[in-house]
Amino acid sequence: MESLLELQPLFWQAVIETLKIVSISLIFGGIGGLLVGLALYTTRAGGVLQQRVVNGALNVLVNTFRPIPFIIFIAAVQPLAREVVGTGIGDPAAIFAISLAATFGISRLVEQNLVSVPEGVIEAARSMGCSPLRIIFTVLIPEALGPLILGYTFAIVAVIDMSAVAGFIGGGGIGNFAIQYGYRQYDYVVTWAAVIAIIVIVQLVQFFGNWLARKALRR
Amino acid sequence: MALVNPNEAVADSQPLVSLRGVTKRFAAQRRKSTGVLAVDDVSLDVAAGDVCGVIGYSGAGKSTLVRLINALEPINEGQILVDGQDIASLSGKQLRVARRNIGMIFQQFNLFASRTVLGNVAFPLRQSGMSGANARGRAQEMLDFVGLADKASNYPEQLSGGQKQRVGIARALAPNPTLLLADEATSALDPETTSEVLGLLRRANTDLGITMVLITHEMEVIQSLATHVAVMEAGRVVEHGEVFDVFARPRHPASRKFVGTVVKGVPSPAEAAMLRERHTGKLVTVSFTDGAASQGEVFQKLGAAGVPFELVYGGINEVQGKTFGHLTLALQGSDVAVDGALSTVREVAEVTEVA
Repeated sequence: MESLLELQPLFWQAVIETLKIVSISLIFGGIGGLLVGLALYTTRAGGVLQQRVVNGALNVLVNTFRPIPFIIFIAAVQPLAREVVGTGIGDPAAIFAISLAATFGISRLVEQNLVSVPEGVIEAARSMGCSPLRIIFTVLIPEALGPLILGYTFAIVAVIDMSAVAGFIGGGGIGNFAIQYGYRQYDYVVTWAAVIAIIVIVQLVQFFGNWLARKALRR
Repeated sequence: MALVNPNEAVADSQPLVSLRGVTKRFAAQRRKSTGVLAVDDVSLDVAAGDVCGVIGYSGAGKSTLVRLINALEPINEGQILVDGQDIASLSGKQLRVARRNIGMIFQQFNLFASRTVLGNVAFPLRQSGMSGANARGRAQEMLDFVGLADKASNYPEQLSGGQKQRVGIARALAPNPTLLLADEATSALDPETTSEVLGLLRRANTDLGITMVLITHEMEVIQSLATHVAVMEAGRVVEHGEVFDVFARPRHPASRKFVGTVVKGVPSPAEAAMLRERHTGKLVTVSFTDGAASQGEVFQKLGAAGVPFELVYGGINEVQGKTFGHLTLALQGSDVAVDGALSTVREVAEVTEVA
């Protein structure tokens, strides 16, 4: 307990780092996932931008990278991180890896939620002379907004989970704090302090996500 | 009045919708099965101001046929002209512009759940570039037309089925289309709501001059709304004509079946046998099919000839203000008297002996 009091400044710094890694990764992964998810949905057979080849290629890409356990993925994409963000270690590399993994994960969530929009509604929009892009942004996304918000909430929690592994390649955050000062020092109080911090963040995110989704669904 | 359709006065020499040898094939889903020929060599004209009802059982290809007209489905062969424009030859952008002139309503309404009633009706206007304020004004005007002005800020899920379809109609009519396509628009509604929606569509046709192609499997819809009817079976139009003519004298077996659902016509052989068991005398069917002869005249002639009769089967119907029907009578009396009476009846109506 005393050690935790001593470590308090480092603990808060770790919390802030986690929030930083998570938010930056979410911006990239969230937008990337939305775009890939939209592409997966609209290029499928019968979609508004039907493109069999593109759809097949995207599916193979997503299916290849999504199942890789993140602790392996973060190491495996190090060479690519060096090319893109200039370094294979630290927060930038961690953010790069998380963004990439989140893009693949979120793309499937987006695709699944768009599938739930009734075909007839899209047909109605087509019958009014809407272009594919207009259908995507003024029909598909608004109609699927409630489930999309819940999907993104799920994704945020998954990204927080991923961020705990950032310490593995020298990134900061609560995960790193827990390993460095809790696990390696056999100090369960410190480890659990980190666990509780993550639980609190996840609860807040989930609560906010549910509230927003309820508003979108008007229920 | 802003609601009056400026396209009302389309040259009547040229049909508004013209299908020529239109064929639609759906590719096989599995390797060994052959594709489905949904629409098979259909030719059909719909003049401006007409309400053309397309009737058929499920799987007859009628829903596909209506989707060919606004090219939601591309055709394989033939030609479709809407307002003189060859729909199949249009580019993506031209097609989208052409579609703004063709409204469509659906069996499942297909309203946007995320938008209010007003937002739904304003949507097609906004997407064709109208300003927000103008679109909302026009949408409110359309909601007045369908009698839902007070529901403007409600969401579709708060409406009944009939109200949803009225919103669908308001949304389809908001951009002032020349043509309205209705795909089983009343099939998900109860009978009372159905007649409400049909009444609204009739107003759209008479007051706004909108031409319609409506798909249905219910003959009542055709009877109360259509001016022309096309009967579809297995992808083909097997009979086509003015509603009165098809109702009064259906030629194809499929048409007869549909007409039989709303009109009691000539008794079938089985029914004739039952009638003969229960009634004495000579059984004849008197048909009124030209919309002019009155059954009263026939009864008078029989009475004048002193032939007692009993009405045993049939009915009289009205379509588009013209009456028609078939009455089967059991005539009593001597053969001579009966034959004499029938010869005078034949002067005003068609008489067939029940076989």
